[in-house]
Amino acid sequence: MSTQPLRQLLERAFPDASELDVIDRTGGGDHFQVVVTAPSLSGLSLVEQHRRVYEALAGPLADGTIHELRIKTKGEGRS
Amino acid sequence: MSYSDRIKDVIETSDVAIFMKGTPTFVMCGNSDRALQALRRAGAPVTAVDVLPDPQIRQELSAISGWPTIPQVFVKGELVGGADIVEELEQSGELEHTLREKLGDDYSSSRVEKTVGLAS
Repeated sequence: MSTQPLRQLLERAFPDASELDVIDRTGGGDHFQVVVTAPSLSGLSLVEQHRRVYEALAGPLADGTIHELRIKTKGEGRS
Repeated sequence: MSYSDRIKDVIETSDVAIFMKGTPTFVMCGNSDRALQALRRAGAPVTAVDVLPDPQIRQELSAISGWPTIPQVFVKGELVGGADIVEELEQSGELEHTLREKLGDDYSSSRVEKTVGLAS
């Protein structure tokens, strides 16, 4: 799988994201690193932040297209 | 056979539990290794459960924790996260802080690493 469908799922889940990236770590289309920074994540624990990412990518996680997922999330202060 | 009761028992009774692929002496996955190394650096006592002997272990664990991936690390019954979070918390010093808060200041003095099986 290319990174594009994953990016679309994340964009839908985090429309407010200031940073959103999906990297194919091995070039094999199944080991991904995602980076999300969004105001909607602020105030949440890392566990909750990662849960939001897992929820957004539940489809490709469940059907095995994502074999391995690394996640880096950050909330963003709403000032 | 269901593993759920044993899984819950390990989560609730261990100071620090890690559900991983393989065991601390024979780790079978890079992410499990990352989480384990971070716990070691923080001096955490570790109770390890290998999820590989039966795919059902993993399914039942994820149903209990609501966390889809392996490894999963729990401190005093609470999900701390997977490899990325544990590594991040270790690097920022927060992991040690949490361990001290939940296990006491001398948590690493009697550091043990053990592996438990789920078969009853």
